Amino acid sequence: MDWTEIKNLQSVLLKDVPLLSFDKLREQLINSVKSGKRLVQFFGNEEKNEVILYVVLADDQQSKLYLTSAKFKSEKTFDSLTREIPSARLFEREIYEQFGIKPEGHPWLKPVRRGIAGINSQEPQYEFFKMGGDEIHEVGVGPIHAGIIEPGHFRFSCYGENIHYLEIELGFQHRGVEKLFLQKKNNPVYLEKLAESICGDSVIGHASSFNSAIESLGEISIPRRAKLIRAIALELERIAVHLGDLSALAGDVAYLTGNAVFGALRTKVINTTMAICGNRFGRGLLSAGGVNYDISPELRDNILSTISRLDDEVSLAAEVYFSSASVLERFEKTGIVDFETALEIGMVGPAARASGVAIDVRSDHPFGAYDFFPVHKLTLKSGDVFARAYIRFIEIQQSIRIINEQLNNLTEGGLKKNFSSLKPNRLVVSMTEGWRGEIVHVVITGAKGEIKKVKIKDPSFHNWLALAIAVRENGISDFPLCNKSFNLSYCGFDL
Amino acid sequence: MQKIIIIMLLIVSPFFFVGIINRVKAVWAGRKGSSVFQPYYDFFKLIRKGEVISRTTSIVFQITPSINIAAILFALLIVPTPVSGSVIKFPGDFVLFAYSLALAKFMTVIAAMDTGSSFEGMGASREVTFSTIIETAFFIVLGSLALLTGQVSFETIFVMLNISAGYTVLVKVLLVISLFIMLLTEGSRVPVDDPNTHLELTMIHEVMILDYSGPDLAFILYSTALKMVVISLLIADLIIPFNMLFLPALGITAVILIAVFISVGLVESLIARLRMSHVPQFIFIMTALSLTAFAIIIFFLRGGF
Repeated sequence: MDWTEIKNLQSVLLKDVPLLSFDKLREQLINSVKSGKRLVQFFGNEEKNEVILYVVLADDQQSKLYLTSAKFKSEKTFDSLTREIPSARLFEREIYEQFGIKPEGHPWLKPVRRGIAGINSQEPQYEFFKMGGDEIHEVGVGPIHAGIIEPGHFRFSCYGENIHYLEIELGFQHRGVEKLFLQKKNNPVYLEKLAESICGDSVIGHASSFNSAIESLGEISIPRRAKLIRAIALELERIAVHLGDLSALAGDVAYLTGNAVFGALRTKVINTTMAICGNRFGRGLLSAGGVNYDISPELRDNILSTISRLDDEVSLAAEVYFSSASVLERFEKTGIVDFETALEIGMVGPAARASGVAIDVRSDHPFGAYDFFPVHKLTLKSGDVFARAYIRFIEIQQSIRIINEQLNNLTEGGLKKNFSSLKPNRLVVSMTEGWRGEIVHVVITGAKGEIKKVKIKDPSFHNWLALAIAVRENGISDFPLCNKSFNLSYCGFDL
Repeated sequence: MQKIIIIMLLIVSPFFFVGIINRVKAVWAGRKGSSVFQPYYDFFKLIRKGEVISRTTSIVFQITPSINIAAILFALLIVPTPVSGSVIKFPGDFVLFAYSLALAKFMTVIAAMDTGSSFEGMGASREVTFSTIIETAFFIVLGSLALLTGQVSFETIFVMLNISAGYTVLVKVLLVISLFIMLLTEGSRVPVDDPNTHLELTMIHEVMILDYSGPDLAFILYSTALKMVVISLLIADLIIPFNMLFLPALGITAVILIAVFISVGLVESLIARLRMSHVPQFIFIMTALSLTAFAIIIFFLRGGF
């Protein structure tokens, strides 16, 4: 097979990336995915009037990534892969939207971020999927929502109280993040802040992914203590968001006790992050080369006692929560995504693990401190709202154990390593398991070591479709509950 | 005179009881909570605001809040209080009572349809579905009471209830629970509806009033609260004998109403909302309980064992 074999965070010279004809790439890609590999990235980069297509595949069992590329010179079409590899659907639509190269035979070629958002009045209006019949009614929700929710449009085709089909249109939060990375490439501090701002609830996740990529391109290895502090911050972020989600799930079914208790516990966790770096969401903690803030011995003891109390409190609260009949009645068998669907559409993160797909970057493609603190993958089978809620609870417990272990092994040493420049003509794939799932940053450098391309993939990219599938044949009044059980990011998708 | 005092008290009281529910929930959630008088401040704030009326609506939308308030105030005049009885009474008055509540609901529903919003249409459809079930159950409750006492007017029914046989205690318990379920349903409380949610797709009552603002919204909030007071008065009527002196009766009625609203707050704190498709089953509990009461009455009227 003509693919370069790499590992997570292992940079590779661009000239070592094979350049195949698209047909060959297509054939090999289909065979690889059939044999169990996973499509991680599939994106184009415009270079000197031609578009280079990069494809990253993951072999999760072997902890390996495979990389190859193809070139589009004047071709304006290519044979779509989506019918063979459903998880390629969005990647192909993105390429069509960005470069006008059309995937022939794509089952539903429509814009990714410019369906209804950001189009001007001259452009044709986007046609939503239409269902016929006397009993069918359409409900449009958003892009402006009640409450503090990001903008996105949801179009339901319902019969009676049941959702038959849901179409989700996003793009209202498009800020041009990938372009901003290139515009500000000479300002490293700006880039760090930009990475933190990709998605406000995954500050550590995205910052860790981006900074690790930069460090790999700069060929430095950051101090072990910095790795540990990054991992602790990442796990704190996971605990905080999971607790917030459990609280919000309770809020959606009007279960006041769960809503109040988990909400209060979340505050303790984000305040712990604040004690480390001064910001509750971890902004400013990470920087290329290491971390900006240390964990002093007193702070270490504080965190240890906080999380040990948290462990007891979470277990107690979860025991009441998950044994409450009225809560279980709402959670169980609502919004099911089965194993086959989850695998097929390329779901990632806790939502995928709740459907039985055992993927977790922390153990499949270890990075940073997870190299020496292996993480056991947790999965559940039922794929319903209950599973997605319960996996959050067991992941919180797991994260508490991880933090405990890492704090107790916090080796002495520096916090940061300086480095001068990035190595030229290289490409690196940086994967991080954020709380929502696999965050992938691909960074390519040019001839002078300047950043030439940053390609970002938030876990929401794949999982929005899972939500649309999960709600089919469910009551429309259960949609908010299903939505919350995924808790996907709009800005992470829109970039 | 007493009647005027009582009616005045009841007219100003509804927001106080809503305040109690909110306070119970706040205390349960570990918060300090807002004052029990907060809903009054909200009411006067809304009264002073301007309002936005959707261009797609007709006159129906605008007259609904006033008709709502009028209909429910009228129901308040019919329902007897243990302190002073009914203001308006005639044979069969409880039918008028039930249908003045229904009139208010009918107006809310068609005003929701009037806006043309798909959300409000959904809310209207849900409201009507659940009302159909609850109306039957309510008439079984009233029928049981009429059968038990042989009376056809609210006030005399409750007066006679205190001097009837021993098994009425059992009937009363069943009917109190029935009416409590009705209170939760009609008052759009958990587990049927969630008054605090911002999620339009899950709402029943709240979604129908999405387009109201300012004074109209204040009227709607007031009529919903008043409706809960009216139904909880029926619960008090079942519990308190009608032959007490003015002040003790007033005191006990107040205590019972407060207890009822604290219970509503506790229900909201302790259990989650039902799945929309299971709400009818919950309301059918009311039907089942009132039918049981009805059967018990028939059994004893025919001579018992």
